[in-house]
Amino acid sequence: MFDEKPILEVKHLSKLYGIGCDYCLDHPENRERNYCPRCRTIHAVSDVSFELYEGEILGIVGESGSGKSTLVQCMYFDQDSSSGDMVMHIGENSGKNVFTLSSQKKNSIRNQLFGMVYQNPYRGLKMKFSAYANVSEKLIAAGSRHVQRMLARSDELLDIVHIEAFRRKDTPKHFSGGMQQRVQIAKALSNNPPVLLLDEVTTGLDLSVQANVLDLIKIIQHELKVSMIVVSHDLAVVRMLAERTLVMLDGRVVEAGLTDQILEDPTHQYTQQLVYSLI
Amino acid sequence: MHDILRIENLSKSFYIHHLRQRIEATKNISLHVSEGEFIGITGKSGSGKSTILKSIYRTYLPEEGRIYYHSKAYGVVDLTKAHLRQIIYLRSYEIGYVSQFLRVMPRTTAREIMERALLEMGVPRDEAQREAVRMFEHFGIEKELWDNYPMTFSGGEKLRLNVASAMIKKPRLLLLDEPTASLDQESKGRVRSLIEQLKNHGTTMIGIFHDLEFMKGLCDKEFRMETSSYV
Repeated sequence: MFDEKPILEVKHLSKLYGIGCDYCLDHPENRERNYCPRCRTIHAVSDVSFELYEGEILGIVGESGSGKSTLVQCMYFDQDSSSGDMVMHIGENSGKNVFTLSSQKKNSIRNQLFGMVYQNPYRGLKMKFSAYANVSEKLIAAGSRHVQRMLARSDELLDIVHIEAFRRKDTPKHFSGGMQQRVQIAKALSNNPPVLLLDEVTTGLDLSVQANVLDLIKIIQHELKVSMIVVSHDLAVVRMLAERTLVMLDGRVVEAGLTDQILEDPTHQYTQQLVYSLI
Repeated sequence: MHDILRIENLSKSFYIHHLRQRIEATKNISLHVSEGEFIGITGKSGSGKSTILKSIYRTYLPEEGRIYYHSKAYGVVDLTKAHLRQIIYLRSYEIGYVSQFLRVMPRTTAREIMERALLEMGVPRDEAQREAVRMFEHFGIEKELWDNYPMTFSGGEKLRLNVASAMIKKPRLLLLDEPTASLDQESKGRVRSLIEQLKNHGTTMIGIFHDLEFMKGLCDKEFRMETSSYV
């Protein structure tokens, strides 16, 4: 008997920019890709459902504009979803649709159950604060007040992501792109969250730095057993990291399966194109 | 002995969008395998031999037919319908797959590949380390390669590592997709002796071999694609 329970479920999540009209809401086939020609609503994420299990890496691939980032930002409460549920099966609000909770409770879920790494480090870090302060920020948000303990924890995290000790008092503004991503990862890990959301973490980094960050993610998975959602436009990144993958196009999940199945037996036209263009 | 695997009327085709064409890979294959047996699959190239193995491993999702596998963890499961988390579990604990192509993580040393295979099954680290060394020695993988990246290995070394990393887990069901293609006689001999060891250990195996002489000396039964039956 298979009885594993997911730690998180997303059910029918949609995010619209605009209010939609009968033409595009009742008849999705009328949309031009994710756009309604009548009311000009953008259906950024459309009826997306999936489950995330303990310790697994779930890949989400798709071209830019397919809704991947919007999806994880809705999960992290950066944006409000238009409809749909997210049910967590961990923490004190276990079993509840967390989208309906008070903003205070959402904040505490954000700080304790999630870690987020943005594609753009300027979004995830305060560029004028030191690396130490950036990592500690999330500890403070979760209620920590003891300076020595926070420093010790920050050192521990910055060790994991290989930021050299003599750079830790510097501001990320003067760090390389790869270092900034590593500080973001340290910050995301600071409260030992069970779920890590990684949005295009390696995009824009040169190959050897990219490799370095990917290795770090693999090590975090092996050592800390965190569940992760890895969003990337790059199938090669997902191939390396994820056991299961969702393929998104125009806000929808068009294909889902084991990553090797997506690569060797793609059925959707878009997935086939994506696989054929893999170098 | 009871059946560990029962394939019933398996059909698989691929629709290739840019050709607007459906390509048939296998049609109506039925195959029963008893526990501990070694089955060799034979047939012309393109007759769908690999498709069967990949469907068992769920790399391919067949559109028709059933693949019943008698697992240790879940009892009888239909691999074409099982939850993906179940497949992931079965892949790390019960079902192994070896192909002639090495699928490895970049920047992971040969030793890490071997140890990780066991660590993810919950084997203690010191035992995993010992077992990795034993396999390296068995396959004649030289000591200076152990902490090296397989990317720098020769074709034969890569293949031996690939076979070793699947066999180290001693899976209950091992799928062998041309594991000896392009190996020299000495390496083939090593693969053979390990197959024999696994057989004694009770592992069920289904294999496709380029070298029919090699296969016939090892397997219990030959399954022919053209007739969808044992010879």
